This record gives sequence, C-alpha cells and structure tokens, in this order.
Amino acid sequence: MVDVLFSSLGQLFTVPHMLYMVIGVLIGLIVGIIPGLGGIAGMSLLLPFLYGMEPSIALGMLMGLVAVIPTGDTFASVLLGIPGSSASQATVVDGFALAKKGQAARALSSAFLSSMIGGLIGAMVLTAFILIARPVVLSFSSSELFMLTLLGLSMVAVLSGKDVFKGVAACGVGLLVGTIGMAPATGEFRLPFEIDYLYDGLPLVVVGLGIFALPEIIDLLVKRGAIAEQPCQLGKGWKEGMTDVARRPRLVARCAGIGSLMGTIPGLAGSVVDWLTYGHAVQSAKDKSRFGKGDIRGVIAPESANNACACGAMVPTLLFGIPGSGTAAVFLGGLLLLGLQPGVSMLETNLDLTYTIIWSLALANILGAALCLGLARPVASLTRVPFVILAPLIITLILFAAYQATRSLGDLFALGIIGALGVLFKQANWSRPAFLIGFVLAPGAEAYFYQAAQFQGTDAFWRPGVLIIGALIAASLVIPPLRVYLRKRRTAVSSLTPEETAPLALGMIDMLLLASLLIGAGYMWWAFDDLSLLGGIMPRLAIAIIVAACVCEIVRTAIKPKAWQLQPSHQQLLWIVGFFALVGCVMIFGFLVTAALFCLCFLLLVARIQPVAAVGLAAGVTLFLVGMANLLTLTYPAGMLAGL
Amino acid sequence: MITLDSRYPHGPRFSMLSTTWSKALLVVVCSTLGVLGANAQASEANVPETIHWTIPFGVGGGTDVWARFFTTWMSDNIPGNPTLVIDNVPGGGSINGSNLFAMRAAADGSQWIGTSASTQYPAMLQDRRVRYDYDDWTPILATPTGGVVYAQPSLGDDAEAIFDVLEDQRVKFAVQSHTGLELPVLLALDLLGADVQAVSGMRSRGEGRLAFERGEADIDFQTTSAYFSSVQPLVDSGKAVPLFSLGVLDDNGDIQRDPAFPELPTFNEVYEARHGEAPSGPAAEAYRKFFASGFTLQKLILLPKEAPEALIREYRDAAHRFVETEAFKEASMAQLGPYTPVVGEVVEQHLQDAMSLEESTREWLVTWLQEQHGARL
Repeated sequence: MVDVLFSSLGQLFTVPHMLYMVIGVLIGLIVGIIPGLGGIAGMSLLLPFLYGMEPSIALGMLMGLVAVIPTGDTFASVLLGIPGSSASQATVVDGFALAKKGQAARALSSAFLSSMIGGLIGAMVLTAFILIARPVVLSFSSSELFMLTLLGLSMVAVLSGKDVFKGVAACGVGLLVGTIGMAPATGEFRLPFEIDYLYDGLPLVVVGLGIFALPEIIDLLVKRGAIAEQPCQLGKGWKEGMTDVARRPRLVARCAGIGSLMGTIPGLAGSVVDWLTYGHAVQSAKDKSRFGKGDIRGVIAPESANNACACGAMVPTLLFGIPGSGTAAVFLGGLLLLGLQPGVSMLETNLDLTYTIIWSLALANILGAALCLGLARPVASLTRVPFVILAPLIITLILFAAYQATRSLGDLFALGIIGALGVLFKQANWSRPAFLIGFVLAPGAEAYFYQAAQFQGTDAFWRPGVLIIGALIAASLVIPPLRVYLRKRRTAVSSLTPEETAPLALGMIDMLLLASLLIGAGYMWWAFDDLSLLGGIMPRLAIAIIVAACVCEIVRTAIKPKAWQLQPSHQQLLWIVGFFALVGCVMIFGFLVTAALFCLCFLLLVARIQPVAAVGLAAGVTLFLVGMANLLTLTYPAGMLAGL
Repeated sequence: MITLDSRYPHGPRFSMLSTTWSKALLVVVCSTLGVLGANAQASEANVPETIHWTIPFGVGGGTDVWARFFTTWMSDNIPGNPTLVIDNVPGGGSINGSNLFAMRAAADGSQWIGTSASTQYPAMLQDRRVRYDYDDWTPILATPTGGVVYAQPSLGDDAEAIFDVLEDQRVKFAVQSHTGLELPVLLALDLLGADVQAVSGMRSRGEGRLAFERGEADIDFQTTSAYFSSVQPLVDSGKAVPLFSLGVLDDNGDIQRDPAFPELPTFNEVYEARHGEAPSGPAAEAYRKFFASGFTLQKLILLPKEAPEALIREYRDAAHRFVETEAFKEASMAQLGPYTPVVGEVVEQHLQDAMSLEESTREWLVTWLQEQHGARL
C-alpha cells in the first residue's frame, strides 16, 4: 500500500500531470470566482475533453478543478456578499461584514489560508480513511441521516441568538419553501398556484442569492458610499488574516475534521457543513457578541470545512458510486467517461488512481490557495470603489448567476421574490441563515424521516447512532442557555452587556411579517388540503412551526418591555420594485439587450460617471455575457420582441 | 491531408504536435473558444455544420455520459464531421427539457434529443406535465441495457428458497419513485406473488443499493454496468443472492437470456418454472411494454420527424457504419455493456409498439399503483 502511495506521488510530479492539473486549477478558480457557476459548470467545460485521455492525467485535471472551487468562491462571498456557491454561504455572514468594516483583505487571506489547511487535512484524512470507510459509511442509515438533518436544524437556535422565536419562524418559512416540489413518499406535487417552474422546487443558488445578496446590494445602494465603510488597510489586513488563522489551529483542525467526515456521508450535501461548523464556532467561542458583525472565526470555520468536505465527498463517490455533492456527481460522470467504474474495485484494481486523486486534491489545494492569496490584496481594493459603480455590474452578475440555476425566466422572478423576503428579514433583523438552513434541510429531513419510518419502523429511534446524535442535539440546545443562566446568577445585573439588558425591539416590519406569516400559514394549510397524509405531513409541520413561533414571539413582545424601533423600508422596497422592472425588461427585450442598456443607463444616470467609462464598462459586461454564452452553450432569454 | 485519430477525437491531430504541451494547449484553446473540432469537407446531403443535441438531464448523469460517448462516434462517421454540441437542459426528471425541445426544436436536422427511460415512462403514463409526443420524433439509434434483481442472503440460501419466502413475507425495496426505472421490476415481483413494500425517494439507483448494503432493503435491482462494478463483489462475498435478470428482447419481440448474464434465468423463465405458463393479464402486458421502452430502448437519439429524409438516412447510415466495428465494441464495453445498439427502422417499429400502452392497461396500472403502493399519478 505504501509503495502505491508513493509511486502515485511520483507520477504526480511529471510534466503532463502537473500541466493538466494547473489547467484544472485555473478553470476551477475562474468558475469558482464567478458566482453561480461552481463545480458543475467547471466540470461541463472539461468533460468534452475527457473521453480518450489518459486516466491518471485526466483525473489530475478534474481534481484540480474540484479542489479549488470552494477556495475561489470565497471572493464573491467576502467582497460582494454573494454566496459564490452552496459551499460558501456561511462565509458570507461574517466575511462580508468584515469587508464592510474595511477588513476585506484580512478576511480573504484568513479564508484562503484556512481553505488550504482544511484541504490538506481533508486529503490526509482521506488517505487513511478511504481504506476503512466502507463500514463507517454503511453504518449511517436513514435514521442517522435524519438525526443529522435535525442537528443541522438545531443550529438555528445557536445562530438566531437573542431572537430565538424570530429565528425559528424564519426557519419554518425556509422549511415550507423547501417542501415545494415533489413529495418523496407519494410522488404528489406540492405547487403553490400550480406554477410549472416549481416542479423541482426552488434552486438553492437562487434562494441563496435572493436571501443574502439582493438585500445587501439594496442596502448599500440606499446608504451610498463604498462597500468598506471604514478605511481599508490592505497590506496590514493581509498579514493580520494569516496570523488570525495561525492563532486558532484547533478551530481549523476541528472544522476540517467535521468537514471531511460530513463529506463522506452520502446524501448530506456540502451546504450543511458550512452552517454546522459556523454554528460550532459560535458555540465554542467565549465572546459571541461579534458573530454576524464581522468575527474572523466566522470566516475561518466554514472555510476550513468546505475544502475538507470536498475531499471527504470523494469517499462515497469512489467507493459506492454515489456522489456526495453536486460537483462530485459530475466528477462521477467524468470517471465513467474515462471508463472507470467506481465501486469496491477502485481500491482493489485502481488503488494507484485512487491515490493519484487524493494527492492531486492535496496539491491543487495548495496551488489554488496560493494563487488566491496572491490575488487577495489587489482584489480586495474593490471594496473601496463607490458602490453605485459596482451595483449594475453586480446586479447583472447575480441575474446571470440565478439564471444558471435552471436556465428559465422563473429563476429571475424567484430571485426577486426571495430577495423581497430577504430585505424584510434584514431590516427587521430576522435570522436569514435560519431561513436558509430550513430551506436546505427540508427535503432531506422529510425524505430521511419517511425512509427511516418505512425501513425500520419504531426501531429507527433506538439505534446507538441515533441516540448519540440526539444527545449532541440536546447538548447544543441546553448547555449554552444554561451557561448564560448560571453566569447571570453569579454576576450582578449591572455587569451584563448592554445588549443583553436592552429592551426588545419592535417595528413596523416585525408586525407586518408576523401578520402576513400567520395569514400565509392559514392559506397554505387550506391550499394543501388535497394532499394525502404522507405527502402533506411535512408542509403541515412547517406551517405549525411558523404559527407556534409567531405566537410565541407575539406573546413575548406583549409581556416584556419593548422599544419601538424605526425600521425604514420605503427606499428598499422601491429598489425591489426596480428589480422587478428590470426582470420585466428582460422578459420583453431579452437578457443581453437589457443587461447592456441597464448598465449603461445606471452608470450614466445614477452613478454619473464619465460617459467613456460607462460605455466601456457596459461593453465589458456585454462581452462577458456573450463569452459565457459561447463557453457554456447557454441561450439567454431572447425576449418577447425577438419572437415578433 | 488531415487524418482523424479516434483516440484524440476532438480535433485533427498533427503528428508533430503530439507533445503533451501542445495537447494541453489544445485543451485550453478549445475550452476558451468553446468550439470543438473542425469542419473538414462539405457533403452531399447538406449536413449542418453544428448539431445541437439536447440532453434533458444534468451534466455528468448517466444519459449525459452516454451522449458524450456517442458524440465522437457520430461526428466521426457523419460526412462532413459536424460538430455535436451537447445542450443539457435538466429539470423535472427530463420532462422540462423534452417539453422545450418539442416546443422549439427546428426540424432541419440540426437538432437532436437524447432521451431515457425517465422520459419515456411519463409519456406512456400520460403524466400531466408531459407536452411532448414520441410520434413527432424519429429515432436514429437506441441502446439497450439489462438488469438483475438480487436479494439479501438472510431471506434464503438460493434463488428458489428466496422465491418461496417472497410469497409470504413482506420485503422492502428502495426505489427512486414508483413510476421510475424500477416500475417493471415492481411489476415482475408482483407477478411472482411477492409482497413488496417500495420505499421511494432515493435520489439514484446507487442510493437504493446503499440501502440494500446497509441491510435496510431486502431486495434490490441494478442495471448491468452498476451490477458488475458494485453488486458482483457482494455476490462473490456471499452478501447478495442474484434472483433473475430481466433478459433482452430479440428482433422478434421475444425475451432471451441477457448476454451479460448467460447463467442467470430471465424473469419469464422463473415465472414459467413456478407457474407452468407464460405470464399473462394486464400486469404482464404492462411489464412487457415498460420493459421494452425502459430497457430494450433505454436511451434513444431522436430528431423531429419532419427533418429532411436524406439527412435522417445519413445519420442512420453513420450509426450503421460504426456499431458493428470491433473498435466500437471494445470502447462501448465499459460504457454500454455487452449490448449492440439498435439503429434506424428497427428502433422505430419497437418504439411504436412499446410506447402504445392500451387505455385499459394504463387504468389497471393507475389503480395498482394507488392500491399496492399508495402512489398517485
């Protein structure tokens, strides 16, 4: 075994192998940096060349791509608040907050360094673990997977801090939105208003962009100014970020460990891992007050985990032929094209190739992170540019990204609707991560619960694995409040932080949200009337959670001291209307024309920059879109006028 | 003169350019341009320069890999070597992409679609989402696959013993959906008198196999390639017992033993051995149709029927040119298993027969799905 390990390492350092791997890394970084593209698009760029290639070289190229995508997508998350791909959604929360504080360079260099270390740890874990992984993977049955989704959901309590009920309600809305589509148990369709677009449910990319990116963009437009509200210190921040990681080796190691193990469990997509590790960072921190407002640990934790997770996802892909993530699914297709059938035989007859894959992963992680570290400083200066100039480019970019999800106009409308919800949530301080966690975990929770009940009956809930995860959930829910309670008893009230003693804030949007959620819940309950018991149980549960949380929140505000809070929303809603107008234009005039004209007009009329520069930027955007269309065999919506 | 080397399918290969560097350069250049190959010569039948091939599935899925495998072979054998561009339009389990193709595709022969069992089945079951009709399309080529049903050794030592147990013990089977690729298997097991509890919601056949390996499912089914790579090792180590294969259809429409599993009886053989007669009735009829459209003609290359006659012939001739060659057989072993693709008119006849499900059979099926499996159509 050891000789195979090193002979494949030797193969790695041959010219063709390195060359193709560098190509893979470069393409991976580019598709990682462009929001919405991610692994699947990158893989589809490389797949046409695979058939007939030497397997070990082709695998090096594919792994180069797979390994660096969770590295590259950090740029968009930190600098623009756009979740680059599902693997870096948690990074947005604190990464973008840091960028707003003028510490983008620090956040980026921390993120890349922890990505690199996480990836290396992941590759190391994989080296040994792949030989013994089979029984471990098999020990996770549907009931354990269900409990893991519950563990993910319990992070809502951790993430929503003081406003637990608002967080739970947001999570309930996420769960309800996540149940749109086909019921796994009966094959029935749960479609609000019978819209065809919703057959497969809402795409994660669209929801992620809508809930995080759009509200931030609108907020920045309302405030005016640059992304960085405080002066940037690029050089100093860069070094500071490195030391931030160096000072927290245990956090990095723990999160990378969690990441690689979660990656090995098939069926739990990488999108849960970053929230789990983010929650873990919050839980294990003594001072939690800065999370969500720019705590570097909130960047380090998910970034160490997501590269490790990409490594871990290779275990089920190689051993069972079951992809652990969307990228792994395409990688699996690549294996098949190379004539390699994943399965037990990967360890018996193709052990050398398996280790080539692992070594390539490790090396590509180092390469990718090093390249990104080099780019971090110059790119971070983007945050100093006045945001009005960036806005049209970013809006075009997120329209493009959202349209990648299913390549239909529905993506753009869904983006707008979720965006409006995101704006309300943001203005009233309802936890947006909680919504996203609910959305991401809803299908898994439902399918695994149903499968566990069908396969194992009531025995499902007495398995040792289930009890262990159950204990973890209980601990994460009970211990933190207990600690706070004990601390409160020991210390005098005067020593509490002002945040803990502040009265509850209540505003117009809170009232609006509570009322409309209750009304909406009632309507949905009625609309789902014709679903069978099995098909309707999950949406009903989500509705029950929303109602219960809303009622609790209302009671809480009624009995506790509260302060009326001004929650401005007029300007924000105006921008949302503007966004829908833009989508309307796309419908009428087509995407390319609209994007070009929108950029031009916005830059000239709103940003008021030099006409030459405006024309140049608009032309650049158009060129980018046309180039992407060629590269990805993409057809943009042509608009109604083109049909006449 | 440029010669095409089948090992380097994506462009003319000059011998002096065969170093790694230039190949790498080629990958970079091609991937930036997004354009493959070159159009060498004009042809008589007016072959379009570029053929857009819609694949209503995601990148890297089974049908996508299948299509990418065929692009090289088709492109090399069609006169003028047109560029084949794969256009993935996933969604709704291939229904969305097929609907779009039916609505928009030009009938000038420059647009193809690649479909699979999950495109055929909803059309046969008259799913309300389906807005495409196989009558509007004509096939170029179809590839068959086979499959094997296997069970946990805890049910019995050999297939015979397990068949006896199946008749009086409820067994669990992890499926993607009740109307998915597993439908004929569910029907076959029902005909054999087995009481099957189908647990749906698996995201792939592989997940179903995982449930079997974890011991959650008692019985499982895999298509040929997955069986060889992932189930054969289980059988060898005594962790699974193969029960029967689905067999293959010969040109006369009779079911024969699968060349991939010559020692394994087919479902029909098992049924006859146990019941003394061939299967009959609506269940047997439904089994026959769904087996034909989901396995014998599992994956199809189709184009709109109104495409120029000469062009359709040209495409079919191209397929004829390579399917019987040794080079193709060798290459296709890993991708398709030991099955030869069917070309042209033969596919057309089989397809029409398979897709025409009688109304009474369909109604029986709807009731059966509802009563036996609680699944609504």
